[in-house]
Amino acid sequence: MNPFTLAKIALRALLRNRMRTFLSVLGIVIGVAAVITMVAMGEGSKKSIKEQMTAMGTNAIIIQLNQSRRGGVQTESTELLEEEDVIAIRENATYINGVSPMVTVGGQAIVGNNNSPTTLSGVSADYLKIRNYEIQDGVMFDDEADRMAKVCVIGQTVVKNLFPDADPIGKTIRYKSIPLKVIGTLKAKGSGDFGQDQDDVIFTPYQTVMRRFSATTNIRQIYANSIGEGYAAKATEEIMGILKERRNWTKPTDPFRVFTQEEMIQMVTSTSDMLSLVLTAIAGISLFVGGIGIMNIMYVSVTERTKEIGLRMAIGARGRDILLQFLFESVIISLLGGAIGIALGIAASETVKIAMNWPMSVSVTSVIVSFGVCFATGVFFGWYPARKASRLDPIEALRFE
Amino acid sequence: MQSSKPILSVQNLRRDFKMGDEIVHALRGVSFDIYPGEFVTIMGTSGSGKSTMLNILGCMDRPTSGHYILDGQHTETLKRDALARIRNQKLGFVFQSYNLLSRTTAIENVELPLLYNSKISAEERHHRAIEALKMVGLESRMNHLPNQLSGGQQQRVAIARALVNDPVIILADEATGNLDTRTSYEIMMIFQELHSQGKTIAFVTHEPDIATFSGRTITLRDGLLKKDVINENVQNAKVAFEMLPPPETFEED
Repeated sequence: MNPFTLAKIALRALLRNRMRTFLSVLGIVIGVAAVITMVAMGEGSKKSIKEQMTAMGTNAIIIQLNQSRRGGVQTESTELLEEEDVIAIRENATYINGVSPMVTVGGQAIVGNNNSPTTLSGVSADYLKIRNYEIQDGVMFDDEADRMAKVCVIGQTVVKNLFPDADPIGKTIRYKSIPLKVIGTLKAKGSGDFGQDQDDVIFTPYQTVMRRFSATTNIRQIYANSIGEGYAAKATEEIMGILKERRNWTKPTDPFRVFTQEEMIQMVTSTSDMLSLVLTAIAGISLFVGGIGIMNIMYVSVTERTKEIGLRMAIGARGRDILLQFLFESVIISLLGGAIGIALGIAASETVKIAMNWPMSVSVTSVIVSFGVCFATGVFFGWYPARKASRLDPIEALRFE
Repeated sequence: MQSSKPILSVQNLRRDFKMGDEIVHALRGVSFDIYPGEFVTIMGTSGSGKSTMLNILGCMDRPTSGHYILDGQHTETLKRDALARIRNQKLGFVFQSYNLLSRTTAIENVELPLLYNSKISAEERHHRAIEALKMVGLESRMNHLPNQLSGGQQQRVAIARALVNDPVIILADEATGNLDTRTSYEIMMIFQELHSQGKTIAFVTHEPDIATFSGRTITLRDGLLKKDVINENVQNAKVAFEMLPPPETFEED
């Protein structure tokens, strides 16, 4: 019997029990829609994290103080970073093309009646390159000429907060009652999906923060930029060598902790991979339950139609013909459920994206795989009922009431 | 009649069933031949083995021992699929309870056996189904569903279905058992008509008056052939039908 005829027979049988067919299809629809939506959620968050981290600077390396926990109290090692470390790295490292300390002060910037609760970041000029910032108007301060100068460069959010209608260049803002002259503004970078606004920044020379605001010589973080993709490990090794040499370091453990952007992307994506996997597994279970629904209904259908099977066999249907007839039914149910489920899943993903502003990304792979899994579900769960039907004895089946 | 080769030949046919520890001998060595163009009724009371015989003749069951040769082919050793093919291409069944597919039009029911024969195109299938429906006088009802047809009409659709593959023999199993006398006679008229066109028919029944419409009666009893007689005085179903008192109320199934 050709596939077209089989499909026709199967469709007719399914239409005969519309409600029952609808319910078994629904089981698959829910499963598939859940898979599509969950994968879209997982993929979306992964993608947005990646984008965000790329926006932070792909080749960034971050050197941090080594922190350890003892007895539940977070303690910091006595090994601290200093300005000399930054200078040594800048002068000696060959695998980096930019380095900047990062020292911060919390507070708010004030201009007249306007204020902006923005952290003041003390950096060097290289920081823009490391973090992919660009100057929009004015200039970036110079490490030598503006050493300890009371100048700053501000992001667009700060511009909006403090200078709603005026050109900020040349104006003065007050931060902890210290006046800082705005010499430049940054191009907008947009907000990250996880809340932090990358345009809500005020940059000032790091010496300005260290001497005028926090009166310290210690630096908490150093940012560096490797010369290109794939050099992160070499650059890290080199930096660590320089830092150790300056300290005559002999201990087996490293004095500082180094994060590369690559590592961080990997770390974050592996976490979100895990999350995707769990979400997909849960959705997969509901698809499995849908499959069991099909199997159940196919068993009922085979029993109900025993007499029909007997008649078909009596007039010449082989076991294979009967097997295919019922397999077609279960596969049609599962594929129909799959198609509707995919459409519903995509719709749900788009709705969540628009309504809740969540990062969602429907992957083509998940659509193709879902459809494939549906087909497999139909065959797998339809197989046993169909085989039961195909093995009926025609005499017994005809006698069935 | 005996001049040609038999279309169907059973030789010392035995069929045993295991019922728990007991072995039931449904058929204990039955032999007979049916020749092309014969109209044979197989009679017997319940337990005589006539159903078992029909199942074997219909290639739905295999004998325990003995031979069954259909259209020159031994069937005793054939596998399920090969038997299905024989049923599909050489046999036509008419059942007591019609066994039409519900919610399926008359013509689609008639086409059904041809669906399982891949050599026949959709076009030919349709054409042959119409021809078969014409032979039972139902071409005007071909798009009706079984529940829109009377019992007699449903059985006529079933006969058309049995004819559509041009079988070597038509096997009828109590084909009038669910019908009133008038309708039974109408059905027998069709069988006699088919017989006159040269069709070979084996008709299983337990009603003696039905047997009088056939040319030969084989009677089974306790799994043995009890009688095999040529009917000298074949009744004409049409005449018998016309002699019935006219119906006052039309009986529906």
